Amino acid sequence: MFRRRHLLTCEGLTTQEIIWLLDLADGYTAREEYTGVLRGRTLMPLFDVPSPTLLASFEQAAKRLGAGIADIGSTAAHHGLSLIETATFLNAVRPDFLVVRHRCAGAAELISHNLDCAIINAGDGAHQHPAQALHDALTIRRMMGRVESLVVAICADFIHSSAAHSNIDVLNALGARIRLIAPSTLLPPNATRYGEVFTDMRAGVKDADVILMLDVEPERMQGSEIPSPAEYRHFFRLDDDKLGKTKPDALVLQNRVDGDDTATGSTVSRDATCDAHARLETGVAVRMAVLEALAAAMPSP
Amino acid sequence: MKQSTPARASATAFINARLLDPATSLDTPGGVLIRDGLIADVGPHLRRSPPAEINIVDCHGHLLAPGLIDCQVFTGEPGDERRETLATAANAAAAGGITTIVVMPDTDPVIDQAAHVAFLQRRARETALVHVAVMAAMTRNLEGRAITEFGLLKRAGAVAFTNGTSSIASTRVMHNALLYAKDFDALIVHHTQDPELSQGAAMNAGDTASRLGLPSVDKMAETIVLERDIRLAQATGGLYHAATLSCRESLDVIRAAKKRGLKVTCGVSINNLTLNENDIGPYRTDFKLWPPLRHEEDRLAMVEGVADGTVDIIVSGHEPQVSAMKRRPFEEAAAGAIGLETLLSAALRLHYGNEEVPLAILWKALSATPAKLLGLPGGSLAVGQPADLVLVDLGAPWVVNPAQFHSRSRNTAFDGSKMQGRVLRTVVAGRTVYPFPSSDR
Repeated sequence: MFRRRHLLTCEGLTTQEIIWLLDLADGYTAREEYTGVLRGRTLMPLFDVPSPTLLASFEQAAKRLGAGIADIGSTAAHHGLSLIETATFLNAVRPDFLVVRHRCAGAAELISHNLDCAIINAGDGAHQHPAQALHDALTIRRMMGRVESLVVAICADFIHSSAAHSNIDVLNALGARIRLIAPSTLLPPNATRYGEVFTDMRAGVKDADVILMLDVEPERMQGSEIPSPAEYRHFFRLDDDKLGKTKPDALVLQNRVDGDDTATGSTVSRDATCDAHARLETGVAVRMAVLEALAAAMPSP
Repeated sequence: MKQSTPARASATAFINARLLDPATSLDTPGGVLIRDGLIADVGPHLRRSPPAEINIVDCHGHLLAPGLIDCQVFTGEPGDERRETLATAANAAAAGGITTIVVMPDTDPVIDQAAHVAFLQRRARETALVHVAVMAAMTRNLEGRAITEFGLLKRAGAVAFTNGTSSIASTRVMHNALLYAKDFDALIVHHTQDPELSQGAAMNAGDTASRLGLPSVDKMAETIVLERDIRLAQATGGLYHAATLSCRESLDVIRAAKKRGLKVTCGVSINNLTLNENDIGPYRTDFKLWPPLRHEEDRLAMVEGVADGTVDIIVSGHEPQVSAMKRRPFEEAAAGAIGLETLLSAALRLHYGNEEVPLAILWKALSATPAKLLGLPGGSLAVGQPADLVLVDLGAPWVVNPAQFHSRSRNTAFDGSKMQGRVLRTVVAGRTVYPFPSSDR
């Protein structure tokens, strides 16, 4: 069972809770209607950092379950109000779910102390991005049949990425063997606590079952953590050459599914790369499961 | 397709020599056999009786040793060829018994991109008599703000990364550079000199500076940055080399770090081993150097550091300046001195003088350790190594006359100095490059 008021972090989620959420999500199918589940509920996005695809995924999940959308949170956030002021303002509207995406770590946690509704963290700075990690875990489970004991190589910015931290927590809880691939400047000093660390991508993807490519923004850190996008891509782009070291049936997951490869710089032409449409459907299903689970802990509308 | 028959690679034997090779702990009468540019055989059995049908060079008992590897050579190519080109620097090196020069990125443009490294290597192949290795900039345009593409630069052939004559002020940049360099096993070579403390300084702080009325900087400016760097090297595990230290306190820091097991290394300029601040005398700008010449006590400490192994390498710090830049008031004159043609003889002063540093220790710091530090071939007489050799008449006296130098600049700090020990012949990859081959003259 999953009985929590908020979904703020994956740290501390039990294996049972995660499996329960994934099973619930796995049960939905795209065609069926579940409009009764969240009838009368309202979901409000509060996106300080814009992400149209992420927003669409949450809105689609809410709509399928019969909830309404009140998209005024993002507007408020962009009118110069402080986070607490925004939260207080939004409280007056009485949403049931507030989906928070913010540049600062701990923003979702802070709001959860000031609002009565269920808070869903959709990425707070370099902290956590729980639904995204559940989404990736379910994709892996659907494609590979299991997560336990799989070697999952994550190529990411482990300093600045919220998704990377959540992925590590979820995949560890599910018994995957995690590898972290990044230049030393994008790894925390205690990286070995989370998995096996590789600064050489070829070695990191060798014999991996799953390769998870998370967004890295080399443009943003030119000269400090990474000298240039060109150098980052040269050493950390997933190309067919580096893929030659992996198992032929390895699953490759990339967050950018729209063909824009500037972030990860990937140039992969492998069939095993997960179907983009199926991934988006899985993402909606996971968010439906999160909403349904949180609603179960609420008083009736 | 008909191909021209390559000239049959000839073998040459250097016989009747005193062999010195610290890398293999060799100091014995003997000889060296060279084939195809490599050392094919070495040892006492080659002292006489060479195999038939090969060229013989009788060394008449003189010292035959690995050619020197100079890890800090500034040139003006590209951008300021009036000072020095790769060709003239290589000629000076050959005349000084140096078979590999490591050129600094302080040029115009700064060597901070892979294409620049490739350009220098091509120019070196086309024009230079000795091996040229390239040290790339560690920050873009040497500005100390954004680190360069260590991975791509190293692939292009950069042997290490340095900010040249300037010091990195930002602790954050230095931290990230050391951390990032570790992923590529890249060595960071840093000139330690606090930029704020040394702003406007023309020489070392002390009685001499007070008397001359020159703006000066205390030697702690060097040690403060060094201490910071050692702390960062320890925290990151990055490979660190302090380019040119010059005082006792800095050596104490290195000693302590090495004792703790840190893999840090350091170098010293030949100028800081053989000269002191009194040499400046009446504002002689050829003695305006960086790091500045220090008190005699610090010079002695540096010599002691070489003798006990705390100092890993000795460099010439060759920094050519056109005379217009030196014929100025001391404060406004450019810093630096040429040193390729005097490095060996000046180092021998430490052997012959009161300091009595053993020859093997000097040679190690001038050849074997530089090769090891930068991963360069050479620096040893071992079989299979490139035949980069120098033949030296250890007893020959000579007087430094800048007019006879091969460098394009004349700003030596040893003008008129009496030296003992002179290069008779320099061999690079089996080919005699000094005395100069006639076709190149």
